[in-house]
Amino acid sequence: MSRTLISHAQLRRGRGRFLYWALLGIIVTAFTLIFIGPLYWMVTGALKSGQELAQTPPTLFPHDPEFTNYIDAWTNLNLPKLLFNTIYYAAGAVVFQLILDTAAAYALSKLRPVFGNVILGAMLATLMIPAMVLIVPQYQTVISLPVLDISLLDSPFAIWLPMVANAFNIFLLKRFFDSIPEEIMSAAFMDGASPLRTLWSILLPMSRPILGVVSIFAVTAVWKDFLWPLLVMPSQETRTVSVGIYAFAAGTPQNVVVAASVIAAVPTVIIFLIFQRNIMSGLTTGSLKG
Amino acid sequence: MSIATATVPAQAGAVAPAPPGITKRRRRFQDNLTGHAFLIGAVLCFGLFMWFPMIRGIVMSFQRTRRGVTTWVGWDNYVRIIEDPSFWVAWKNTFYFTGLALVLGFVAPFFVAILLNEFRHAKGYLRILVYLPVMLPPASALYLFKYYAYDPGEAGLFNAILTFLHLPTSEWMQSPTMTMPAMVIASTWMNMGGAVLIYLAALQNIPGDLYEAAELDGAGLWKRIWHVTIPQTRLILALLAMMQIVATMQLFIEPLILANGAGTQDSATSVAYLIYQHGFFQNDLNGAAALGVIMLLVLAAFSAVYLRLSTKQD
Repeated sequence: MSRTLISHAQLRRGRGRFLYWALLGIIVTAFTLIFIGPLYWMVTGALKSGQELAQTPPTLFPHDPEFTNYIDAWTNLNLPKLLFNTIYYAAGAVVFQLILDTAAAYALSKLRPVFGNVILGAMLATLMIPAMVLIVPQYQTVISLPVLDISLLDSPFAIWLPMVANAFNIFLLKRFFDSIPEEIMSAAFMDGASPLRTLWSILLPMSRPILGVVSIFAVTAVWKDFLWPLLVMPSQETRTVSVGIYAFAAGTPQNVVVAASVIAAVPTVIIFLIFQRNIMSGLTTGSLKG
Repeated sequence: MSIATATVPAQAGAVAPAPPGITKRRRRFQDNLTGHAFLIGAVLCFGLFMWFPMIRGIVMSFQRTRRGVTTWVGWDNYVRIIEDPSFWVAWKNTFYFTGLALVLGFVAPFFVAILLNEFRHAKGYLRILVYLPVMLPPASALYLFKYYAYDPGEAGLFNAILTFLHLPTSEWMQSPTMTMPAMVIASTWMNMGGAVLIYLAALQNIPGDLYEAAELDGAGLWKRIWHVTIPQTRLILALLAMMQIVATMQLFIEPLILANGAGTQDSATSVAYLIYQHGFFQNDLNGAAALGVIMLLVLAAFSAVYLRLSTKQD
């Protein structure tokens, strides 16, 4: 490893070494408290009875843990359905983005039809528009699609199609395709391969890392989005996890709401811990080097 | 057409050396057709959900729809929105939040990244810790803060810690002065992981000899951060600051969940929340559109000034 702010030698000797280990100990403890502490509080808090929760000073461990809050949350909130919906929307968003955005980036990078640059410019311009500004007219579009005059409310397409209009992902993909040498393309064309075939058998196999990054972005975007699903998924059956918990919170005891929050957080935390290496290296290389 | 043929990329001609004239023109036409066929899906989605709504939003802001009849009303929507007493409160709160979030949420991740980059042990563990809250559903994390951390009684997590340290407790979301700092703390905890990871990657790209040279010149720790680390990561710092400001100006879910929308004495109302209120509760989609256009203009003006300032330094 190359050197950083402080040299290795300095950290290995007497005082430097002591300071290093002391600081490491302090930081590891502090970070564990700051980032795991609240989660611990949440998991155990939902195990406490209402009485114990109001006690001062608060207890560190629940005296006699009761699972009623978790059971109430699971049954009343219909969490399995909410989790299924969210995963379904996220998976669809990945599929739509991978197909349509990859095709678009391929056309803009390699096929370069007339007005390609104008289209790319118009796409990139949307990066400057804050999402909140478009929320009202986008909602209008969803309740009555232009020309076709059909409503997409409660339809998964109301989440999938706007996700495709993602200039950042198209930009990432285009930049990656740009870095693939032109000769490979011409060789394929020379052999008589169609553009689709070239994309499928030559470009895509080379693009696995960037496709992974785009998929991670798509999943996190759907997972973290709140206002849009709140607006376009008004029925109880089509809600996402976040919206479901929000709708459920009114008129529900605090402990049950927190129990529901815990259960909703478990699947992603598990997925994150399993794939953390891929997720984190993908995020950083994708956003910096493309 | 002659210009178009002149710019034909090499691969188009490479397929088969076609005779000049009509065949070549047809080839080019077909290549364009294929290119646009690949683009059409994304272009339609952009059209439906970006380009068309942008124009529609501006048009709507000058119209009023009542009982299904739409009329042009000039600047009426803008006047109504600006005269709403919540308008200025919302802007004040939004700017306050953005500023506070910049101090805490922008500076903190940078120093956390510098610190993590120096450690040779427990690196993976610390990175997972910082990123963990980002993976929680936002509603989950915010209810945790609302019910357990910001409980105004002495049983709340934060107040318990303050009592333990013999510091005065706070009413948190019940107190108009603490509402914003409390929202910034929750928001930073939830979101800083992403920025830390990006900074870490940027720090790893700094060549080690720069530090070596600075140290030989007698530069201390702070001098090295100031003269090597910050200049070397300036571009990514500027980019993230910009992105963070645009994101925090759209503050919405924090006031909605933590403060039930407006908060104590309107201390949490944000511009985005006001758009939501007008559009979806007061049946005033046109007013909401006008407020959206104002927000767009403010952010555009801000970006212009920012770009001007950040390029001037070169």
